[in-house]
Amino acid sequence: MFNKDRWDEILEALNANKVRTALTAFGVFWGITILVLLLALTNGLRNGVTSDFGNFATNSMFMWSQRTSISYKGIPKGKRLQYKISDVEAIRAEIPELKYISPRNSLGGYQGANNVIRGTKTGAFQIYGDYPEFIKQKPMDILEGRFLSYSDINAKRKICVIGPDVVKGLYDKDEAVIGSYIKINGVNFKVVGTFKITNSQGDSEEEANTVFIPFTTFNQAFNYGDRVSWMAITAKDGFSITSIKERVFDIIKSRKNVHPDDDRAIGHFDRAEAFGRINGLFNILAIVGYFVGILILASGVIGINNIMLIVVKERTKEIGVRRALGATPWMIKGQILQESLILTILSGMLGVAFAAFVIWGMNSVLDSVGPVENFANPSVSMTVVVVALTILVLAGVLAGLIPANRATKMKPVDALRIE
Amino acid sequence: MIQIKDLHKSYHMGSNSLHVLKGINFNVKEGELVSIMGSSGSGKSTLLNILGMLDEADEGSYVLDGVPIKNLNEKVAAKYRNEFLGFIFQSFNLINYKSAVDNVALPMFYKGIARKERVEKARHYLEKVGLADWGHHLPSELSGGQKQRVAIARALASEPKVLLADEPTGALDTTTSYEVMDLIQGINDEGKTILVVTHEDDIAHMTKRIVNLKDGIIIDDSPVEQVRAKQYV
Repeated sequence: MFNKDRWDEILEALNANKVRTALTAFGVFWGITILVLLLALTNGLRNGVTSDFGNFATNSMFMWSQRTSISYKGIPKGKRLQYKISDVEAIRAEIPELKYISPRNSLGGYQGANNVIRGTKTGAFQIYGDYPEFIKQKPMDILEGRFLSYSDINAKRKICVIGPDVVKGLYDKDEAVIGSYIKINGVNFKVVGTFKITNSQGDSEEEANTVFIPFTTFNQAFNYGDRVSWMAITAKDGFSITSIKERVFDIIKSRKNVHPDDDRAIGHFDRAEAFGRINGLFNILAIVGYFVGILILASGVIGINNIMLIVVKERTKEIGVRRALGATPWMIKGQILQESLILTILSGMLGVAFAAFVIWGMNSVLDSVGPVENFANPSVSMTVVVVALTILVLAGVLAGLIPANRATKMKPVDALRIE
Repeated sequence: MIQIKDLHKSYHMGSNSLHVLKGINFNVKEGELVSIMGSSGSGKSTLLNILGMLDEADEGSYVLDGVPIKNLNEKVAAKYRNEFLGFIFQSFNLINYKSAVDNVALPMFYKGIARKERVEKARHYLEKVGLADWGHHLPSELSGGQKQRVAIARALASEPKVLLADEPTGALDTTTSYEVMDLIQGINDEGKTILVVTHEDDIAHMTKRIVNLKDGIIIDDSPVEQVRAKQYV
């Protein structure tokens, strides 16, 4: 279908009126440029907002204790719940769909009193008692040494893993960090690792000021007994935490003698749900992007349709001559269709290329001025480009269909008579 | 080569009907050079259009080179036009954005001949009409006579059985007309069957037979002493 002769025929015809061809092509060029740019900007917003959201495993929730709001089994309302290690084990035993259940305790906090001492240096840092799987829920880069391990948990070793700002605050430059000791609330801990959390914009300062120690060590050293302040719970792949969480609450409610309808006794933050809501918002934005882009593209396509109608009208006589020379109606139709198709696709591909260039420009500006709030890495996937090209091909055929039919509707004898 | 029997054609415009051809009977043998004459409205162009399969008769039979031309769909008609016929028009009807060679090669493109062979043949025919050096020129760069020569080369390019010329000299001055007629006579001398529609007496007398049409019927059909155009060139 697309041999060289056809190409020559089509390019000749398109070249015959260059200015008009270029102006017509511009409509589609502009439409596809805007379509791709809109989608890229949506993507940039999505990337920006979701990276503010942190990189904690999405299919997770945090669960903490609150006061009961309904009196139950003779216990007046207003009692504060206290989670225990046994609660964690009960949940783990009863709900196999959960991947990780990390009980957590913490000391200190943002702008709290100084609680860590090393020699003459002191600092106020966030101290967490954690289990080894926590690093799977919140990905972080171990820069030196290692993270917590189960032998630390079992042996209740006094070791810790510290963040970059802790290193900055307690150590001189070039000082060896691994193997040194720091004193947390009067207890000595050996530093076995340092970490950095990447791809996190919102809480980076707090996270950099963090010290992780084994959960069991934490509870023993700081007299927490078997208490658990809150849990970070992640569901297995293929299960949604949002649908599992009620079962977790039910277990807690029955173990803690909480009224089954008392939802205020258990505080939680469902990341999957929140993430889904934000994602849904951006999906809608993407749909709006597609909608607006395709509408603009449609006006470009109508332009091509229009110009092809004019071309067919102008070339009525030429078409008559071609038919007198032996062109079948399908050859004529094919040529008109292909002209429209090629015009659409060529201008569309130029549009995609131009949009890609603009996106590249945006990215290099973003790179040079540093991160911008709620906007990062505007980009389009290959899928979008393929979708755009599919739309273009369909549009090209659609734009050519009416003119192609018009071209062969007239009898050759009438077409030849036109001056 | 051409057998026409009792050919009728009417045009309908609203409630009016115009009976243009009222029973035409006529035969053309291979190698003839026939002119069809008549005043405007006599039906000569309609007859040529039917012969050229650009239009269809209402009644009667038309046999071209042993093939009955009846109830053709557009695809078959296009194929027959390509194989059997070469058209020469009054207004040349060259495609203005194609060079002379490409114009001549166009019928061969529709025939499905490969590009290289097409261009070679097109050059050959351009040489035949005396325009060997003008192959890469666009129609707008050619004079009227040259354009008609390109058109003749194009008509010859598909090696048709019959050439149909509709007022081939209508847009040309006398000298150029005679040059074109000289070319047509030369092609006829080689054995090609040619039909020329004209209303000019001198042109008609350069053919070998004159068919006179009036109000849709043939009033006269007689051989003539051919005047060679060469002597005026």
